[in-house]
Amino acid sequence: MKILTKLFLIIIFVYSSVGFANEHLILDKAPIDLNDQASLQRGAKIFINYCLNCHSANYMRYNRLKDIGLSDNLIKENLLFTAEKVGEPMKIAMTKKDAKDWFGANPPDLSVEVRARGADWIYSYLRGYYRDSSRPTGWNNTVFDKTAMPHILWKLQGDQKLNEEHHTLELVKPGTLSVKEYDAFVGDLVNYLTFMSEPSKLKRLHMGYYVLLFLGLLLVLTIKLKKEFWKDIK
Amino acid sequence: MANHQDDKIDKKKRSFLIAATTVTGAIGAGAITVPFLSSMTPSERAKAAGAPVEVDVSKIEAGAMITTEWRGQPVWIINRSKAMLDSLKKNDSNLSDPNLDVISQQPSYCKNATRSLKPNLLVLVGICTHLGCSPTAKLQTQGDMGENWNGGFFCPCHGSKFDLAGRVYKGSPAPINLVVPPHKYINETTLLIGEDNKG
Amino acid sequence: MKTEIKTKKTKGGLMAWIDERFPLSSLITNHLTEYYAPKNFNFWYFFGALALLTLILQLITGLLLTMHYKPDAELAFGSVEYIMRDVSFGWLIRYMHSTGASLFFVVIYLHMFKALIYGSYKNPRELLWLFGVSIFLCLMGEAFFGYLLPWGQMSYWGAQVIVNLFSAIPFVGPDLSEWLRGDYLVSDATLNRFFAFHVIALPLALCGLVFLHLVALHEVGSNNPDGIEIKKNLDKRTNIPLDGIPFHPYYTVKDLIGVSVFLIVFALIVFYLPEMGGYFLEANNFIPADPLKTPAHIAPVWYFTPYYSILRAVPPVLNSQFPGVAAMGLSVLAFAFLPWLDRSKVKSIRYKGNLFKRWIVLFVVSFFVLGYLGTVPSNVWGQFSNAIPLIGGVDKATVVARIFTITYFLFFVLMPYYSKKDKTKPVPSRVSYK
Repeated sequence: MKILTKLFLIIIFVYSSVGFANEHLILDKAPIDLNDQASLQRGAKIFINYCLNCHSANYMRYNRLKDIGLSDNLIKENLLFTAEKVGEPMKIAMTKKDAKDWFGANPPDLSVEVRARGADWIYSYLRGYYRDSSRPTGWNNTVFDKTAMPHILWKLQGDQKLNEEHHTLELVKPGTLSVKEYDAFVGDLVNYLTFMSEPSKLKRLHMGYYVLLFLGLLLVLTIKLKKEFWKDIK
Repeated sequence: MANHQDDKIDKKKRSFLIAATTVTGAIGAGAITVPFLSSMTPSERAKAAGAPVEVDVSKIEAGAMITTEWRGQPVWIINRSKAMLDSLKKNDSNLSDPNLDVISQQPSYCKNATRSLKPNLLVLVGICTHLGCSPTAKLQTQGDMGENWNGGFFCPCHGSKFDLAGRVYKGSPAPINLVVPPHKYINETTLLIGEDNKG
Repeated sequence: MKTEIKTKKTKGGLMAWIDERFPLSSLITNHLTEYYAPKNFNFWYFFGALALLTLILQLITGLLLTMHYKPDAELAFGSVEYIMRDVSFGWLIRYMHSTGASLFFVVIYLHMFKALIYGSYKNPRELLWLFGVSIFLCLMGEAFFGYLLPWGQMSYWGAQVIVNLFSAIPFVGPDLSEWLRGDYLVSDATLNRFFAFHVIALPLALCGLVFLHLVALHEVGSNNPDGIEIKKNLDKRTNIPLDGIPFHPYYTVKDLIGVSVFLIVFALIVFYLPEMGGYFLEANNFIPADPLKTPAHIAPVWYFTPYYSILRAVPPVLNSQFPGVAAMGLSVLAFAFLPWLDRSKVKSIRYKGNLFKRWIVLFVVSFFVLGYLGTVPSNVWGQFSNAIPLIGGVDKATVVARIFTITYFLFFVLMPYYSKKDKTKPVPSRVSYK
């Protein structure tokens, strides 16, 4: 039996070191902090102002922003662009058909994009644009080659160029934000997108603590109970 | 043979442990039913659909009525003329509940002579308190409702009658007055149905 | 006379009232307080009860999900997000259901492994084992049908691949696939019927089979780690097995520990790791199903990967994928034959010889290696250099998968031979218990 136990441990060890998928792309780490409400609020503003024109977030209701500290009135006055009431979801006016005609591809709904692509991917993507005259939009992207999405934030970031030899990006024309400022800007946006992907995440982490505490108590009691009864068995 | 002392069952310890484990288990089982039962309460989607409705009341002429919708129900807003308001007292002896004793049918701020916040504007849920049909408005006196009709509402399904404050007439199949929904005025011309200052 | 009438008002009276109409007291005695189980149950014996607990958990969370889920291709994906965001505690119920599904398979595989090492499938428990294999098959179906319901990319394409497998069956294949789908491709029609199977047909079948499984178990009594039939050693006076102890209170109390540990693992995952690195909830499944866009890499959920590996490992024969499909089917059905393949005189691995032990180890290693390979594309390790004869140019992972497919099947095929030849140890008449 001991052989089997050893075997299982070896298998699990090998499995865990090899098992989880490896990315071919090297991505920058996105600065995610779901407890930073200021960052999340900035991110919400960025998302609604820059992204919501083309990308819907059909599963995100405006009033869910109360989770990041925004009141219904604040939302109504500053952020309620595509709906009448705060209880409505963040839909867009553009139809899928029009989108396909105008852009060649349908801008995906971003409600759960972070769960599908990962925060690091989106963070790197939004900072990975470079000038490419061969593309219809005039832009290409190191993270998503031949992306159909134009570089919406180019005024802020400026122009990057791809150094073919080293496969690195160089800033050739600065935008209105410095590199650090732009990174923070995108960081806020991706932070918000992470929140939007799973608004109940913080609540889940919080509840888990108490559930496990309770179950720990239950475990202790059940062990004591079993030991007491099994004194009968010789 | 083992020491007979070891064979004695510590009944007190066993009872305590059984009780402690059972209570803890019961607390756990009870706790898990909370999210389960809660999941059946109205969702955010239902709450959004049932959200308060804003209505511009400035254009309703005296003696006229408009109908809007709130939580899937018709809501009437009647701008009663002075004559209509003055006639309300005359109906009292023919009504089942003239003094609004059944308090569930209107918010406390409408437990008054006109059953409203602003004297002239009456807000009613347009569903008969008998079996749920929507009564027809018969705001004018007399007409096809007969000589003694003082204006109000008539339900075609089973013949219930209500006055211009939504109060039910004696002899109607409907037992209680029409419902006045929670509401408030966010300014002089805008009525908000579904929300009031009570919470 | 008067005192007799008085006692009928006591609580004992209620029990008597029921017992006159329903065998409640005798059920409790026969199946709990005087049902004797071997006293030497170990770690491996927790998993039957845990499987029952998981079934109940899935039924309850599944019911609650069905109150909000919409089995329509246009609405399904959105309805799952509706549950996650707009339904009070919907996220919790969803995670419990997805975690429960994966843990169900962990528990079942461990439960099956117990039977494998202790010979619980051998006479007189062959029928018990067959009911178990049927439950396993139903469970695989239940998981497969359930996985389409979120209508993500992986849901859609996984279903597409598996249903297309049926079209490889000679003669009836393509028509069968079309009949299963209800359409020419996986579509709304498929989704709706998979929903019907997942919510009604298979849960009913599962509950029925679990009942039969327990009835069969209680008829012959449980096996144990020593593989000794405790009913062969009865106390001369009471006729109670000398190595038996009443299930209640001893195993009810012991199973409570198992339940507590299980719930801790369950809660750790539900609250802290619901996606489990992409194995329990796949990233690709957060993209709505798109019939026009095949994902770069389609893989089944982790619990199907060993069989999927076998399917991929078998090359097409005469332009037909059918041999691979047949091999995959056989790899699961093989379990059913164990009671008759195992010719050993001895039940438990504790008293079997080195031959059997080595084959078990090889089988488990094959299962894990095949399982891992099923999660990655076949070109994950590149190809053998073209210079090498026979395997030149072939994916390295495919060659490995083929080797372990062979060892997997040999475990079963050669068992009549090595189980008979094996040098067993003498089996004691009483169980080992300390």
